Amino acid sequence: MTGMPANTLELRGVSLRLGPRALFGPLDLTVAPGDVVTLMGPSGCGKSSLLALICGTLDPAFRASGEIALDGRPLRDLAPERRRVGILFQDDLLFPHLSVADNLAFGLDPAVRGRKARAAAIAAALDDAGLDGYGERDPATLSGGQRARVALMRTLLARPRALLLDEPFSRLDAGLRDRIRRFVFDHARAHALPTLLVTHDAEDARAAGGTVLELGAPQAD
Amino acid sequence: MTCNTRIMATLSALVLLLAAMAAIVPGRTAAASSTPVEDWQALTERAKGQTVYWNAWGGDTVINAYIDWVAARVKEQFDVTVEHVKLTDTGSAVARVVAEKAAGRSAGGSIDLIWINGENFAAMKRNGLLYGPFAEMLPNFRYVDVAEKPSTILDFTVPTDGFESPWGMAHFIFMYDRDVLASPPKSAVRLLDWARTHPGRFTYPQPPDFVGTSFLKQALLELATDRDRLLRPVGDDFEATTAPLWAYLDELRPHLWRGGKNYPESSTRLRRMLDDREVDIAMAFNPATASNDIANGLLPKSTRTFIFDAGTLSNSHFVAIPFNASAREGAMVVANFLISPEAQLHKQDPAVWGDFTVLDVAALPVEERARFRHLKLGPATLTPEELTPSLPEPHPSWVGALEAEWQRRYGH
Amino acid sequence: MTAVQRRGGLLRFVPPFTLALFLGPLFAGLLWTLGPAFGYLPALGGERLSLAPWQALFAYPGLGNAVGLSLGTGLTATLLSVAIVTALFAHWHDSRLIARLRRLIAPLLSVPHAALAFGLAFLIAPSGWLFRLFWAPLAGPVPPDLTIVQDPLGLALIGGLVLKEVPFLFLIMLAASGQTATAGQVAQARGFGYGKARAWCAVAFPQLYPQLRLPVFAVLTYAMSTVDMAIILGPATPPPLAVLLVRWFNDPDLAFRFQASAGAILQLLLVAGTVLLWLGAERVIVRAARRRLMAGRRGGTGRFGAMLSAGTAITVFGTATAGLATMALWAGAGRWRYPDPLPSDWSLDAAVRHGPALGGHVATTAGIAIAAAGAALVLALASLEAGQRRTTANANGGRGLVLLYLPLLVPQVAFLFGIQILLVQAGADGTWPAVAWSHLLFVLPYVFLALGGAYRDLDPRYFRTGLALGRSPAALFWRLRLPLLLRPILVAGAIGIAVSVGEYLPTLFAGAGRVTTVTTEAVGLAAGGDRRLIGLYAVVQMILPGLAFLAALIIPAWCFRRRRGMRTAA
Repeated sequence: MTGMPANTLELRGVSLRLGPRALFGPLDLTVAPGDVVTLMGPSGCGKSSLLALICGTLDPAFRASGEIALDGRPLRDLAPERRRVGILFQDDLLFPHLSVADNLAFGLDPAVRGRKARAAAIAAALDDAGLDGYGERDPATLSGGQRARVALMRTLLARPRALLLDEPFSRLDAGLRDRIRRFVFDHARAHALPTLLVTHDAEDARAAGGTVLELGAPQAD
Repeated sequence: MTCNTRIMATLSALVLLLAAMAAIVPGRTAAASSTPVEDWQALTERAKGQTVYWNAWGGDTVINAYIDWVAARVKEQFDVTVEHVKLTDTGSAVARVVAEKAAGRSAGGSIDLIWINGENFAAMKRNGLLYGPFAEMLPNFRYVDVAEKPSTILDFTVPTDGFESPWGMAHFIFMYDRDVLASPPKSAVRLLDWARTHPGRFTYPQPPDFVGTSFLKQALLELATDRDRLLRPVGDDFEATTAPLWAYLDELRPHLWRGGKNYPESSTRLRRMLDDREVDIAMAFNPATASNDIANGLLPKSTRTFIFDAGTLSNSHFVAIPFNASAREGAMVVANFLISPEAQLHKQDPAVWGDFTVLDVAALPVEERARFRHLKLGPATLTPEELTPSLPEPHPSWVGALEAEWQRRYGH
Repeated sequence: MTAVQRRGGLLRFVPPFTLALFLGPLFAGLLWTLGPAFGYLPALGGERLSLAPWQALFAYPGLGNAVGLSLGTGLTATLLSVAIVTALFAHWHDSRLIARLRRLIAPLLSVPHAALAFGLAFLIAPSGWLFRLFWAPLAGPVPPDLTIVQDPLGLALIGGLVLKEVPFLFLIMLAASGQTATAGQVAQARGFGYGKARAWCAVAFPQLYPQLRLPVFAVLTYAMSTVDMAIILGPATPPPLAVLLVRWFNDPDLAFRFQASAGAILQLLLVAGTVLLWLGAERVIVRAARRRLMAGRRGGTGRFGAMLSAGTAITVFGTATAGLATMALWAGAGRWRYPDPLPSDWSLDAAVRHGPALGGHVATTAGIAIAAAGAALVLALASLEAGQRRTTANANGGRGLVLLYLPLLVPQVAFLFGIQILLVQAGADGTWPAVAWSHLLFVLPYVFLALGGAYRDLDPRYFRTGLALGRSPAALFWRLRLPLLLRPILVAGAIGIAVSVGEYLPTLFAGAGRVTTVTTEAVGLAAGGDRRLIGLYAVVQMILPGLAFLAALIIPAWCFRRRRGMRTAA
């Protein structure tokens, strides 16, 4: 795709504390466009909290320091919805009250104007996900793999500048996991998105093919 | 309130009472007959379009229906709207006037007319919560039978002084099912004998219920050695005066329904108990109650009423206007309508309510007089002749004292 | 720390505004009771502070019994209700029994206390339905002279309170257990060999109880200060304290007002003391329970407990439903005298005669209920949303909002007279907005209670995903939160409507008698003792909130008829 800005996600000296506990850091990290960096580490080390920090939805109980920048601009003062950081969770979190197409439309960048143009963008995304004609379906009637793909397409339609993956494959069974993984990583690369993957699964890290960072166990002062 | 102020209040009431009995009665009627008619017409003009919030006990559908009829007639004749505010307890309306006075609202009050008598009236009058005098200004007041029905200007012995206008006459009656009870006990003493042989079949509403307290007074009037003493305020001789009553109740109590450990909370509840055959005798302060209940399917057709041979406790009920009423003129128009021959006739119709008139029927124009004479009584209602002799209400100060003593003896 | 914290705009002011709207009048109302309690009420000539009202209060014969009765019936009814609901959930939390009972809940929640009390009284009284069915055929046309209703110990009153409060606590427990992921933990504990009920009590109950505490206190306060139920079911020689208070407040002798105010303060202190006692007992129980837990006893199969708990719960729900059914029968009865098991003739007289008047009252009642419930929903949603945006952890809308429950925890007689004076001073008494506002005091806490759980329950990641998709919090509120929470919102609204419809004393005080609702009318008519009318009004009182509950069921089902994922939501 052309015209896509060359985004880079940068973390400078980021550390996270919960009360007296230092969770990790300071952490320095640069994720280039299209690269997938994998974060691994034991439960409670703050992996998911780091993603929440990048999104801007971190619980105020945490104390964070350091600088996070996307494409050279610091994120600190941007409201979550202005950061344009897409995130996928373990659960697909398709909105149960909307149809598949409505879910996608909910994500679709408002810069795409006009009913026709928006319908076309959604149709293209469905086609891309191999779900042609599924637009009017109730999300609850889709299979796990289909839902995962819709969730990714919904995120991509919002035209994020970075992609965060919070163990998104752990609920899928082995056969499906491989295909979805490829589907997600291919799209991340095609959209030149700097991608941060949090996982427990070494297989995920291998498939991502990028740097793997191991976060340590949290330490008390 | 301390004892002293109470005694002062009762003393001053006594003075007023004596004054009223001695001289004022004829004088007042004379004044009433010379009501300036021009003023009244100006007043009805001002009343036009007003809404009168009439706070009246709403526990009887028969009475509620009559008030609806009054509202329709007054709307039609005088362009005054009447809203019936249905109370469970007249005291709550008194409380509202107190709240308004506490908040400094001396005009634009929420109550325009209030159905009242006895202790509530005495308390409101004493605390300056009423507007007046106004009763004698009402053109129809000249028909009121103040001579033969002195309770129309002496409410529980307290002179009304024009602060309330009479509306109806009430008599204390007992009711029974004649298919169950062949000859009811017609005195307090015989009632006790009957209760001994029929344990658990008699009770009375728990004082301070109005009818329950009235039963105490009815019995006291028969048992007291000096009945006239009750017409004067309570004093140090309360114990001596009421001793026969407590001796009587002590004997009666073990033979009462539920062994006298429980009492129905109202006379209406007692009537439902008569219908359910939980008891064999009920009571009310309205001679037409039994007939009304028969007509409404609430009591069996064989229900009849009786009074004690010594006489029936009787009083009048009134309407009064709070000091801060918003629609004072409208309220006076309604009060005047209530003592019109038309309204009184309709009220006494047993198919409507059956409440006896406060008017002097003999003094009415021929046509209305005839209509009153033609009214039939309900199947269970005693005739005015049978409802004699009528016993006057004791002074209102006896109410509180009797209730407090009853509470001390049986209420806990 | 981040931009998130600065968000909220005007919303930030909603919780403090809501509190001001509530607590100001409440405290002012209390002051107007405190004054007369110490002899100060210039309108009645009380211009100097004195202890005379307290002396009069304590000199009243039977005061001790009245206080004891309030304490005894209130505490027993609350303990029983909590025990019944807890035992039911302990033994049956994973069964279909809960779901079946849930279906009965809407009418029981929507019926006012007084109507239920009438139903129960007619069911169990010696001339009541059960005796007509089982006693009369053997013993003839005269009912036995037995003290069942209005017994001196207040057992009938306790029964009536339990009938009304068990469904309420059942609903709260149901909502709480939906929010806490305890099912897995209980399963795990059972894997360690703990019996079902024991596992639930040890693992789930401690997590659920914090959400139950305030509702339990509301129940306790109500049970200790009920007037309408106590008049119908409670003893009268003496009655519980609250009944005495209302009697004194309404006494023709206006001097009683001082004594009544002192009594109202006493009632307030009693409730406060009992709440403290309860909190103390909680600690003792926690300590004892922990010790037992450390001992590691696993508990048996609990089959007896299971049968007992199910039996009690079914009896409670069944009795309440039967009581309401008799009221419905009365509405259509012509003549129905002891010992007839059914009305001897049927007639719609009552309905026909009162139909026209009833129509107007229904409109007023519905208008006020919808206004109060609507305002409560707006305030609750705005407060919850403000809380949600300030922090993701505490969706409760801030701790301060706990104060919202104060109107439920303070006996009504203690502050309604003062509120009446405030409204009179503002010139607002007797208007229906004033009535709606006075209802709001009692509606909002319940709406908050009903909605807070669902708000907390909603997966916050939906919201985060929405933000990540570039939508503003405001847009997410309208497009995500409202539709996702449509059902709990409508249910909360229906509960609000039910509470508003049932309010008697606030309507009387704020409405200055000029605003007549179905309930004020019903209580007024109940004084007449005509069971047909009482039945008719009870049915109408049930229908209004019943419709709201029905709407809460149908509307979301229709809106999301093609969304299977919404069927389990909330």
